[in-house]
Amino acid sequence: MELQLPPMTETGETLTGAEVVIRSLVAEGVEHIFGYPGGAVLFIYDALAQQDKLKHILVRHEQGALHAADGYARATGKCGVALVTSGPGVTNAVTGIATAYMDSIPMVIISGQVPTRAIGEDAFQECDTVGITRPCVKHNFLVKDVNDLAVTIKKAFYVATTGRPGPVLVDVPKDVSMHTTRFHYPDKIHMRSYNPVVKGHAGQIKKAVQLLLHAQRPMVYAGGGAILGNASAEVADLVRLLGFPVTNTLMGLGAYPATDKQFVGMLGMHGTFEANMAMQNCDVLIAIGARFDDRVIGNPAHFSEGNPTRKIIHIDVDPSSISKRVKVDVPIVGHVKDVLHDLLALVRGTRERPEPAALAAWWSQIEAWRAKDCLKYNRKSDLIKPQYVVEKLWEITKGDAFITSDVGQHQMWAAQYYKFDKPRRWINSGGLGTMGVGLPYAMGVKLAFPDADVACITGESSIQMCIQELSTCKQYRLPVKVVNLNNRYMGMVRQWQEFFHGNRYSESYMDALPDFVKLAEAYGHVGMRVDKPGDVEGALREAFKLKDRLVFLDIITDQTENVFPMVPGGKGISEMILSEEL
Amino acid sequence: MRHILSILVENEAGALSRVAGLFSARGYNIETLTVAPTEDATMSRMTIVTTGSDEVVEQITKQLNKLVDVVKVVDLSEGKHIERELMLVKVRASGKDREEMKRTADIFRGRIIDVTDKSYTIELTGTTEKLDAFLEALDRAAILETVRTGVSGIGRGEWVLKA
Repeated sequence: MELQLPPMTETGETLTGAEVVIRSLVAEGVEHIFGYPGGAVLFIYDALAQQDKLKHILVRHEQGALHAADGYARATGKCGVALVTSGPGVTNAVTGIATAYMDSIPMVIISGQVPTRAIGEDAFQECDTVGITRPCVKHNFLVKDVNDLAVTIKKAFYVATTGRPGPVLVDVPKDVSMHTTRFHYPDKIHMRSYNPVVKGHAGQIKKAVQLLLHAQRPMVYAGGGAILGNASAEVADLVRLLGFPVTNTLMGLGAYPATDKQFVGMLGMHGTFEANMAMQNCDVLIAIGARFDDRVIGNPAHFSEGNPTRKIIHIDVDPSSISKRVKVDVPIVGHVKDVLHDLLALVRGTRERPEPAALAAWWSQIEAWRAKDCLKYNRKSDLIKPQYVVEKLWEITKGDAFITSDVGQHQMWAAQYYKFDKPRRWINSGGLGTMGVGLPYAMGVKLAFPDADVACITGESSIQMCIQELSTCKQYRLPVKVVNLNNRYMGMVRQWQEFFHGNRYSESYMDALPDFVKLAEAYGHVGMRVDKPGDVEGALREAFKLKDRLVFLDIITDQTENVFPMVPGGKGISEMILSEEL
Repeated sequence: MRHILSILVENEAGALSRVAGLFSARGYNIETLTVAPTEDATMSRMTIVTTGSDEVVEQITKQLNKLVDVVKVVDLSEGKHIERELMLVKVRASGKDREEMKRTADIFRGRIIDVTDKSYTIELTGTTEKLDAFLEALDRAAILETVRTGVSGIGRGEWVLKA
C-alpha cells in the first residue's frame, strides 16, 4: 500500500515488536484491552506487564474478550481493543468479531500467530487467521516484518474508526513481536485505496429537503448509523423542526428519545403497530443510517409494491447499503451527522414548511394506530410477566441505565419496554443475533462507566453461553446486575415453533438448569430468586442498592408469554400478528 | 447481462482472495477472472466477467469498492472497450486431417506453436465469441485439450484506468 508518511511521532527508541504493539495502542489513546494470553502472544503479554498505561482485562474465554471490547466500544464510541493468541484463541474470537462486523462496531483485534518461518507448516496452534476472519472483518493484516508493525496498527485504527466502522484484525507472528525496530508512530495516514466519503452531495441534499417540505405523510426512520455517527442531536432537531413522526430500529434505539410524543416506537418484526403502519403508509420516508434489512421491513416486495408512490431519501456512509434491498429515490452518501447538518441548514434557511393540515391528518391517523395499544399485556396474571420486569427496571433505574441484552424474546421485550432516551444506552447484538453477548457487553460498559447503573437483561439459555465471565466480573469488581428472565425455554425458538411448527417444541426447552442463585454465589456474587409478581420491584430495588456487588436476579417468568406484535418471516411489515390481549 | 469489470487492486498478499471471497460470499457469478501486476508494480489489475441484473452489478461494484485493497473499479461494458482472451488448443492432426486443421487455424488467424507427428498446439487470441466459434468449427473428437486465460479488457480511445 502506498503511504505518504507525514511528520511522525518519533521517539527514536529501539523497541521489540511486542513493545511496539503496546506503545502504538497507548498512542491511539487506548486505556483498556480485553484478552487472554497464550504461546504466540507471550512477548506482548511480557511487555504488557512492564508498563502501567494500558489496563488489561483477563476474560475467561476469548469470545468474552471480543464481546466486552465490543460493548465498551458501543457504549463509549471509542475503538474497542482485544488481544488473543493464535489458533484456538482466534477461532474462539471469531463469533465476537462477526458480531461486531454485522453491527459496524469499531474494533482492533491483535492476534498472535506462529513464527513467520513456521506459517503454513501446520504448526502447533496455527490457523489461517487472515483467511478465517476475512469475511467478518472490515479489513485484516498479517505483519511479516517488525518494521511495518506500527504503521499497520495505525492503519488498523484508521480503517476501523472511519467511514462505516468495523473490526480490523492485525495478525502478529511471534518472531515479529520478538524482533526489534526503531519505533515511529505516524500521526496521520493516507491510503490511496481507502477514502470514505464524509460530506453529502449538495444537490441531493437539496432534493431531499424539497421532498421533506412537500410531504403529506412523512416518516423518519433512524437506525444504528445515527448512533454510530453520533447524530442523535441532529435527528432530534430534524424531527422537531418539521413535526414529523420518528421510529428507531433495534440498533437505533436512543437515537431519538423514546419518551417523546413524536416517537412512535421501534419498527420491524417486533415493532409497534403504529411504527410499522406509518412506515408502510407514509409518502416520504427519510432513512438515516439504516439499511432496510429483513427484520425491519420484512418482505421488500411487499414494502415497495404495497406503496409504489412512496418517495425514499436514504442517508448512509456506506454506498452499498443504499438500494440493496429497496430502491431509493434520493440516495445521499455521507456521514449522517454531516449530511443532517447541511440538510438542517437548508430547512432552517427557508420559511417553507409542510402543509399543516396534511400533517395534522397524518398525525391523527398515527394516533388512531397508537390507540390500539399494541404493547398491552395481562397485568393481572399470577405469573411474572417479563414485560412487567422490564417496565419496573426502567422505573427503578429512572430510564437512565445502560442496558445490555442477549438474544431472543427478552431482547425484544427489553427493546419494547425500556424507553431509551439517550444514545449508546442500549447494547445488543442486532445483526448477527449472538446469544451470550449480554454479560460480557455489561462488563465492557461497566468498565467504561463505573458509576453508572448497568443491567444485563438475559434469559436462562443465553446467559449460559458466556456465564464463565461471572469470574471476570469478580476479579475486576464489575457490579453489574443480571436480570435473568427465566422461562425455562429458548423462548423465541419456542414462539416460532408454536406459531409455525405445530407446537412441536423440538429441543427448545431448557432442562437441568443450574440453581442460578447458588451459581452466582459460587462465583462470589449475590444471587436472588424471584417467583412472584409482587416481589419483582422489591428485588430490583434491593439489587440496585447493592452498589458494589454483582447481583444475579433469577426471575421465574410466564413460560407461555410471546412477543407481540410479530411480523412472520417473509410477510410485509403491515401484516402483524397482534397480542390476544387486544 | 454480461459485464466486464476492471479492477485495480493493491498488489498485496490476499487481495485476490478478498475479491474472490466477496463473489462467493454474496452469491455473485464469476465467469472469468484474470489478474497480473500492472506497469506500477504496487498494483495489480483484474478483469472479471460476471453476469447479473443491473441491480446486482451495481451491488457488486459497490461491494468491490468497499474492499480496502481495491483502488478502483470500472464497468468496461458501460462504454466502448476492447476485450481479448487467449486460448491454447491441442488438437489431433494426423493423416488427411492434418492439412485441414492448419487451414482452419489460418482462417481464425491462429498460430501453430507446437507440432508433433500426430498433433498441433494452436494459439488463438480474440473475443470470447471468436474462441468459441473456433472450437465449434473443429471436429469435437479432434480436440485433445484446451486452456483459456479468461477475458482481459481495456477501454477504447485515450481514456485510461488510473489509481
